[in-house]
Amino acid sequence: MKSLGNIRREFAPWNKPDAKPYIQFKDVTKRFGDFTAVNNLSLSIYEREFFALLGASGCGKSTLLRMLAGFEEPTSGQILLDGQDLRGIPPYRRPVNMMFQSYALFPHMTVEQNIAFGLKQDGMPKAEIDQRVADMLKLVKLGQFAKRKPHQLSGGQRQRVALARAVAKRPKVLLLDEPLGALDKKLREETQFELMDLQQTLGLTFVVVTHDQEEAMTMADRIAILDKGEVMQVATPAEVYEAPGSRFVADFVGNINMFEGKVADRDGTGATIASANGVTIRTANAGDAAAGSEVAFAIRPEKIKVSSKKPESGDNVMEGEIYDIAYLGDMTIFHVQLGNGQVVKASSLNATRATEDPLSWDDKAWISFRNDAGVVLTR
Amino acid sequence: MKHPLSAITDRLVIAVPYLWLLVFFLIPFFIVFKISLSTTAIAMPPYTPTLGLADGFSGLLSQISELSFDNYLWLTQDALYFNAYVSSAIIAGISTFLALLVGYPIAYGMARAPATIRPTLLMLVILPFWTSFLIRVYAWIGILKPEGLLNQLLLATGIIDQPLVILNTHSAIFIGIVYSYLPFMILPLYSALEKMDYSLIEAAQDLGCPPASAFWKITFPLSLPGVIAGCLLVFIPAVGEFVIPDLLGGSQTLMIGKTLWNEFFANRDWPVSSAVAVILLLLLVVPIMFFQQAQARAQEQGR
Repeated sequence: MKSLGNIRREFAPWNKPDAKPYIQFKDVTKRFGDFTAVNNLSLSIYEREFFALLGASGCGKSTLLRMLAGFEEPTSGQILLDGQDLRGIPPYRRPVNMMFQSYALFPHMTVEQNIAFGLKQDGMPKAEIDQRVADMLKLVKLGQFAKRKPHQLSGGQRQRVALARAVAKRPKVLLLDEPLGALDKKLREETQFELMDLQQTLGLTFVVVTHDQEEAMTMADRIAILDKGEVMQVATPAEVYEAPGSRFVADFVGNINMFEGKVADRDGTGATIASANGVTIRTANAGDAAAGSEVAFAIRPEKIKVSSKKPESGDNVMEGEIYDIAYLGDMTIFHVQLGNGQVVKASSLNATRATEDPLSWDDKAWISFRNDAGVVLTR
Repeated sequence: MKHPLSAITDRLVIAVPYLWLLVFFLIPFFIVFKISLSTTAIAMPPYTPTLGLADGFSGLLSQISELSFDNYLWLTQDALYFNAYVSSAIIAGISTFLALLVGYPIAYGMARAPATIRPTLLMLVILPFWTSFLIRVYAWIGILKPEGLLNQLLLATGIIDQPLVILNTHSAIFIGIVYSYLPFMILPLYSALEKMDYSLIEAAQDLGCPPASAFWKITFPLSLPGVIAGCLLVFIPAVGEFVIPDLLGGSQTLMIGKTLWNEFFANRDWPVSSAVAVILLLLLVVPIMFFQQAQARAQEQGR
């Protein structure tokens, strides 16, 4: 398979065999009574990386973050930061800072005092504190709000104060627990880019917990997808999307069509897959799926073309009927019901205002996709 | 447009607390105030003049002209009253501080307890109110007297070999007041601590603050409205407390509640005891106003 790499910038220490991980979870398990929040998990995060822990609620992502911050100790296993075992080190002695989901701003202190709090704990001289606080206020563009109390600020401003307070101590690692969860959609999108800029400017390692895949895809260098306390896949956003490692990841990130079936025949890197409901799929990319094994063929909606006439050529062409149409403005999602009853989602960008190939409900339609458009999932 | 009837009902609703205050506070207060301006007499009631319209309107006017502030002057001339006020304030102040010391950890423990058992803990705090206040204070005599339960226990375990003298001392009053008014301290403290977000403490620790320091920098300042409310709820009634110093404090204890009782029942001097009561009320208005202001501020911050 050709490498998908990192589309953002030339930064991929995880591909270098000699690179030393900055944060390491080694066989970490965390139990709360009978409940296993984190199950024998290992994970490496590199210096200056923007790392996202993505998963549904209860998948253990917040527990991982809290163990890094020192609010929870692992039941078993080891957490290393820059080679140092963190076990037994209380939160107030760890060189990490956290931005809380609720922001946890001290309500009886002004913005300034909130930001200065951590610096005062370190016994920094007053003049230096003042300078640092001023820098931080400038960084998050809240200069004129220095003397306000948190309850006099908007949600977005509070979020910035929380961020400024967490980075004021220049921690080795910044932990962010659902940093944008409380913001509305528009502000969230703006703030995503601000967070990325900030991470670049300060050169810190960011570990962010989120349940929002779009947020993780936008911001992170790599994403760890968690389920039931286990890592399902760790990869760059592009890899997670284009080459999901399992049915769970494929289904969790974005929209996808799945054809469950068996590998009927293998030839070189490619294969023919016979789905259980009678569809035959040609793929050029079957990985290590053995002939006869149970697999799922997964394909993203935008990689499927819908047309009213049968395409002249194509690796995979199937006939069906338009079952549903969702018009989203920038694109349209067609739900096409195949002859065998399966409904396939296909999206097309609305590049022109008038649709060249007008399709309507119950119209006969053809779907087609190239043989390198999908992935074969063995897990 | 608003219905005219609803405007009337609105006013009625607002009027209820004012009416309550008028009937049960202002009118009685004026009666006491009026008595404090009278002079004692061997009569029923034991003071003159009794205002009335028996001699017509001019009679009432001449009766009013007989009223004087002599009783208040008298209070300043006898050091007994001044000492009683000061001693009451000191005893109430010490008791309040002790109640805070005892009540804060209890309230803190309750607020940090699992949410499922908090209602039970709250009920346990107010449980003593289910028995008579007087009986509970009497019970302390049985515990604190030289041959009482406490001394028996301490002697039996060999911690002391002479019974401690606690009853009829200030210590007994402190114990009595702290015990009796502890729920008034715990409840406002609990409500302030319970609504505090625990992630604030975690944030403080995350920023390098050890737990003990986080308590003084975050928890305590945020619980201040509760501390002020609790202290005033204990201090205000404790200043005028009569039953506890009378039963536990013995004869040499000087407190304004006892002085008042003596003037009223032993000396049958209604006017002077009324003057004592009026002054006590005026002295307590200051902390009450302070309390109200603190409440208003707490409400504003809670937003």
